[in-house]
Amino acid sequence: MNMPRIPSVYPKEEYLVPPEGGHSACPGCAIPLALRYFLKAAGGEVILVVPPGCTLAIIMFPSFSLMYQGRPITAFPALFGSTAVFASGLKAALEARGDTETEVVAWAGDGATYDIGLQTLSGAAERNDDIIYVCCDNEGYQNTGNQRSSATPWGAITSTNILPTIKSERKKDIMQIMSGHSIPYAATATIAYPDDLMRKVRKAKEIKGFRFLHILTPCVTGWVFPSELTVEVSRLAVETKIFPLYEVENGTVLTINKEPEGLPVEEYLRIQRRFKHLTSQQRADIQREVDRKWKQLQWLANYKDNGSEVNFRKST
Amino acid sequence: MIKVITGNEAAAYGALLARPDVACAYPITPQSRIPEQLAEFYAQGLLKGRFVNVESEMAAIGYATGASAGGVRVFTATSSQGLAWMHEGLHNAAGSRLPIVMAVVNRPLAAPWNLTTDQTDSLSQRDTGWLQYYCESNQEVLDTVIQAYKISESLSLPSMVCLDGVYLSYVAESVDIPEQEKVDEYLPAYKPMFRDTGITYKVYTNRPEEAGYNVNRMEDFMRAKYIQHRDEAECFDVFLRANQEFQALFGRGYPPVETYRCDDAEVVVVMSGSAVGTCRHVIDRLQEQGHKVGLVKLKLFRPFPLEMIRSVLKGRKKIAVIERDISVGQCGIFYQEIKWALNTNMEHKFIPIYGFIAGLGGIDITPKLIEKAILYTIMEPPPQQEILWLGLEDEEIRNEYA
Repeated sequence: MNMPRIPSVYPKEEYLVPPEGGHSACPGCAIPLALRYFLKAAGGEVILVVPPGCTLAIIMFPSFSLMYQGRPITAFPALFGSTAVFASGLKAALEARGDTETEVVAWAGDGATYDIGLQTLSGAAERNDDIIYVCCDNEGYQNTGNQRSSATPWGAITSTNILPTIKSERKKDIMQIMSGHSIPYAATATIAYPDDLMRKVRKAKEIKGFRFLHILTPCVTGWVFPSELTVEVSRLAVETKIFPLYEVENGTVLTINKEPEGLPVEEYLRIQRRFKHLTSQQRADIQREVDRKWKQLQWLANYKDNGSEVNFRKST
Repeated sequence: MIKVITGNEAAAYGALLARPDVACAYPITPQSRIPEQLAEFYAQGLLKGRFVNVESEMAAIGYATGASAGGVRVFTATSSQGLAWMHEGLHNAAGSRLPIVMAVVNRPLAAPWNLTTDQTDSLSQRDTGWLQYYCESNQEVLDTVIQAYKISESLSLPSMVCLDGVYLSYVAESVDIPEQEKVDEYLPAYKPMFRDTGITYKVYTNRPEEAGYNVNRMEDFMRAKYIQHRDEAECFDVFLRANQEFQALFGRGYPPVETYRCDDAEVVVVMSGSAVGTCRHVIDRLQEQGHKVGLVKLKLFRPFPLEMIRSVLKGRKKIAVIERDISVGQCGIFYQEIKWALNTNMEHKFIPIYGFIAGLGGIDITPKLIEKAILYTIMEPPPQQEILWLGLEDEEIRNEYA
């Protein structure tokens, strides 16, 4: 169950080009890394559809440029609640024009995915529209100052969960929601494991239909940890089983890609100020919840589908 | 080919003949027959493009926007609550300069709940930057959908083709369905074009000659709005040309502002939508009785045909606006705009204008009601109030001609 050993040969080409004199992402932001690895694996024949959020903020009002062979990669700004369906419509247009090469990629944050955009996301997944949807999850509305989203974990404080109150709802399990649509491919990834991330992007590219990538992108300003620890926090999220690396094919075949070391969640919690107030009892609750979810994941991974996909016929 | 079809079917036939690459819609009463008819055309292989029954109106406008940004011809349709739910998408499609054509079946917005007709739903989207046409008959609905593509695509602006719920959407009339070859001659295949819109908001493909990088600076916003507004002003010429060409090919047409028996009319009624047909009949009858009355049909509402309205209303003694909509707390929306058009011009400043609100929530605007309004306008002094309620309570209109 350990991660497949893939030689770390990263494509040389850079698609994400920082401007001279510094970019507009926060120091230690995980998103440029996620975008950089993603594009290295996906290549330049892409059009991005980007709703409001951190990513749009760092590419729309010129900062980073997206470049391929000396020309810009198109990024289309989407409305907050309509990211997936913009991408669906755009893909339909490209197909109508005979362009089968260009990959349409919806690149949204957790707010645009878990909350306001869930309906059009579900619609596009149900239609199995041929797009890649990336949820860049920083567990809150970080671009607007760390308000809670339904991706914010239980127990965290945010700018709308102010002590003595805490975020008292569980994080929505978006991977289960998406696998529940029986889409061909859904996978989790983090920037701490670029090989795994890039392999998943390449794999997604090979598949036709709706593909969902859930990338955890720790947020220095919202989660509050030293900016040099972004990769470490990403790694700890995996090693404590808080954010397991796995993929689901056709809604049933679940593979865990990395057996975590099983570090106590405390290792992950203690370096983020958003969890600082938690009592030892509350920390124990989080540990139990993580263990429970991990067991469920293992149970799903042990379920053996015979792997034969049902291809429903399109017409009579 | 003459067929007896409803307004909904006429809209779908118009769309079919325009050969959209993508048609997407979400069903809503009283528009549902449009997506059903499109699905039927698709199943029969007549609609070559893709038909998608999406999961909401927000998705319908989203799908349409994505597809139109991808450089293909797009059709969609909605009504009432659905149109309201599209609201942010409407601004976005127009601001992105995408020539989407949408049929809007006019239905009241809740509450109270009502599934019939009034035009407040589309009129309250007047500031979104969409071109708006109001149709009188099912034939006009079909023809206007085709014309709308011509107009929208030459301006890079989206169009709403509005038809009254129930009165047009559900009522079957005989409609001449034009031949496909002739429509093709009128409306060639869509070739997306780049014009200077102040910002590049179209995606098309990644081919270098077409690629648009959509990153814009905040400072670009005002200039983009200036250009969008300037291009809307071009609409009048484009509309007239599109209508002339249509007239030449199909032998019928619909001007932005139409006058009916207005030559020596002293009192002119301004109306829009399906009740115009009823009013024509009332004007005929009143003229026979010796009244100097005429009718102006307002088809184009956005952009507002200011000069055309001023020119047809010039020198009249009184104007009556009868309309099926209301801006609650203010007055009728057509009335408001027409009054503004007249009051801001010296030559028209002192023409009294009577604003009648009628037929809200689908109440029939009968010949009797229209006659009542016209006779009131002729006989009574200019009203102190901005709204005269027609057909609600007799005491509210205070007239003895009922």
